[in-house]
Amino acid sequence: MAGLAAAFGSGAMTNPISDIEKSDVILITGSNTTENHPVLSTYIKRVASFTDTKLIVVDPRRIPITRFATIWMRQTLGTDVAWINGMMHIIIKEGLYDREYVEFRTEGFEELRATVEQYTPERVEKITGIPKDQLVEAAHLYAQANAASIFYAMGITQHITGTDNVKSLANLAMLCGNVGIEGGGVNPLRGQNNVQGACDMGGLPNVYTGYQKIDDPSVRNRMEKAWGVEKLPDKVGATVTGMMQMAHSGDLKALYIIGENPMVSDPDLNHAEDAIKNLDFLVVQDIFLTETARMANVVLPSAAFAEKDGTFTNTERKVQRVRRAVKPPGDAREDWKIISDLADKMGYPMRYGNARDIMREIAEVTPSYHGITYDRIEVDGIYWPCLSMDHPGTPRLHEEQFSRGLGLFHAVEYIPPDELPDSEYPLYLTTGRILYHYHTGTMTMKSEGLNALAPECFVEISQEDALYYKIKDNDMLNVASRRGSIKARAKISSQAQKGAIFIPFHYAEAAANRLTNAALDPVAKIPEYKVCAVRIEKI
Amino acid sequence: MEPQNIININGIDYSFTPGETILEVATRNDIYIPTLCYLKGMSPTGVCRICLVEVEGVKTLLASCSTQATPGMVVKTDTPAVINARRMNIELLLASGDHNCLARSLDAGLWTDFQLDALDIEEHRDLCPAYGDCRLQDLAILYRVKPDHVVPVNPKYDVEDVNPFIVRDFSRCILCGRCVQVCNEIQVNKVISFGYRGATSKIITRGDRALKDSDCVFCGECLQVCPVGALMPKQDMALRTPVNEMKKVRTTCSYCGVGCQIYLHVKDNRIERVTGVEGTSPNLGSLCVKGRFGYDFVAHPERLTTPLIKKDGEFHEATWDEALDLVAKRMNDIKRDFGPDSIGLFTSARITNEENYLAQKFIRAVIGTNNIDHCARL
Repeated sequence: MAGLAAAFGSGAMTNPISDIEKSDVILITGSNTTENHPVLSTYIKRVASFTDTKLIVVDPRRIPITRFATIWMRQTLGTDVAWINGMMHIIIKEGLYDREYVEFRTEGFEELRATVEQYTPERVEKITGIPKDQLVEAAHLYAQANAASIFYAMGITQHITGTDNVKSLANLAMLCGNVGIEGGGVNPLRGQNNVQGACDMGGLPNVYTGYQKIDDPSVRNRMEKAWGVEKLPDKVGATVTGMMQMAHSGDLKALYIIGENPMVSDPDLNHAEDAIKNLDFLVVQDIFLTETARMANVVLPSAAFAEKDGTFTNTERKVQRVRRAVKPPGDAREDWKIISDLADKMGYPMRYGNARDIMREIAEVTPSYHGITYDRIEVDGIYWPCLSMDHPGTPRLHEEQFSRGLGLFHAVEYIPPDELPDSEYPLYLTTGRILYHYHTGTMTMKSEGLNALAPECFVEISQEDALYYKIKDNDMLNVASRRGSIKARAKISSQAQKGAIFIPFHYAEAAANRLTNAALDPVAKIPEYKVCAVRIEKI
Repeated sequence: MEPQNIININGIDYSFTPGETILEVATRNDIYIPTLCYLKGMSPTGVCRICLVEVEGVKTLLASCSTQATPGMVVKTDTPAVINARRMNIELLLASGDHNCLARSLDAGLWTDFQLDALDIEEHRDLCPAYGDCRLQDLAILYRVKPDHVVPVNPKYDVEDVNPFIVRDFSRCILCGRCVQVCNEIQVNKVISFGYRGATSKIITRGDRALKDSDCVFCGECLQVCPVGALMPKQDMALRTPVNEMKKVRTTCSYCGVGCQIYLHVKDNRIERVTGVEGTSPNLGSLCVKGRFGYDFVAHPERLTTPLIKKDGEFHEATWDEALDLVAKRMNDIKRDFGPDSIGLFTSARITNEENYLAQKFIRAVIGTNNIDHCARL
């Protein structure tokens, strides 16, 4: 998100999902689309199967969507900046870029040109393993499309170079005039139902709602008035990973966790566990007694999505209604009620009759949600920015100009992952989700049916590596990194790349995040879940 | 609009766009033509022969879903010939398989031993599980197809229920092809197709294997479009809640960021089924396996039902006042002793916008720190 915000001025998906039907070329990278965004993937599968739209997939694993690809490039893990720079090298060298767009709508092109000059197809092949002819073919296909869109997910962002990777994709899109047009864009796919909304609502250490900066005094004054407080804090707060560090060092004393399970989802879990144990006071508010909730001093039972009214904002920035269908069990309460009750007790009255009242306040203090009311989204949602009651919403961003004015190219150099295989830990490990489970499994592992289809953790390994290590299907393996080890069964698969294993991170009893590296992207503070070095042995 | 692009239906002229079918023109103008296999937006298969109409100058009746409107065409949708043909086709479909919903008025003597035995099998213990929610049954009632014409036949196939979600009963399949269309053209999973020939025609996976041994990813799109009882959610087989006893609530799916629009079908404060909302973006009725079937967690017995306070390493149940008083006190103490920046909050990508808004308002206005974040990065 930081990468897109730097390039365009906004970190959200630029185009609506339905624009997939208007693209001539679609480039997917770092997204196992069919398993993680299954319904969105149906749009892509349809256009790739039944229209002239061409699909380029760049992914180390032979994920199911590769079956629909015109070109599938299989890069070595963590080398994304190199192949993207390589494509731009070819596009600039052959004069295939959109000169007019670059001249009138962007800045920083000369620096970009100088940097990508070094990324010849030959050099890129050495770094990424992508054959140079294939890279040339992909560059031609992407550059010559009238409208080409890019889709990416955590496979791009969960690297120490995550921000660089995103900036590079933004570079590529702008270079070919693909931002702000129908069927184009750079589209991050949000993994959780309301990641977009949590960001929009200011669930971030540096912004209030609608990305209004907390260190801008005029914004802060306005919020102080709206909330009736004398002084709001002006110092940018700590991120999730920052707070974990602070807990570890003793600087953070109390932590209030709502609906998250860092004891499965955080990188380098052993470290995270120590951090949480070091807190003086932990409150966890959730629908189940999760691994994290077990460590809490106080657990507050909350209502699930089907038990409350409200809104979610989806990956394409569309604000949609959530409606109560059943009553919460026992004394469980909606999260908004719990928070307002607690605020009351701490001397700050929060008196809302219902979720609609809260949305009214959100619209008041948030320019991009100004025109959003429950009445307007009763039947169909609205895309923000929606600036007034008669504003129709904005399905497509950056059409006339970028949110920041001119689009900014960033000259980005390739940096290898923080941890590379060596003689002691000779294999790459990458992690992700599978179709039948979701994140830490708090919800999906309560479903007998889903469990029956995906009962336990596995280690996806290539035929070549299996032969080398004399491993058969279903053999129990010990997988170890510098940070920890887990046990899981081998699954020999043509999806896996030679030299790289894949483990889904859902399973607490064989948590892949005991292995992963907590090294962070310096800007976005996202951990490098997608690459680390491991060794395996048969037990 | 070209002036000659006019079609006459039941005596009234309507304009049409070249390429439009008779059915599309009729539907657009609120003229009812019954359909069964027709799926909006898909290439018509014309196999069920229910949407037949009479077209002047054409000897046979035509399927309106697959016949394009042409200039000067004169169409009648409800002549005796049309109605008789539809009635006969409905009878043939009813007679083609194990459609026992209309068998109630039959003599018990007409029931075969096989059927009586079948009642002991769980999946057959009552009438067809689609009873009350079946397009074929609706049509049979609408066209007053007499039950005594339709003698139930022995189920030809065993019921396949070896996967957790979808029960397939080919004895009730009318081979309309809707499931094949959506699997191949909407979800593009290409798992099922028409197999065998003639009287042994059947919808099959590659090698006619069970769904669980095929490439099926259990999106359930086929379930949603099956007009009869051939494909049923396994959950429904167990619960047997009549459709009209369920309340339908539209909401947004709580799994990935696509934000599919769903209906929760609820009875007695319990979700019994999830279906996609048709005709609305982003999902246009489609869902995935998690969205359609992964709702057990809501009513799971392990749900937290009361606040818990830990004393000496053990959780004890508490009232809301006890729990929140304790949280308020500890937060105030820590804020006083170590400053507001010694407190942090992880908000959630799972809760609503309204709740996220209050969470950040709480940490900023009440605690006085910007230490708030969520797992967007994780």
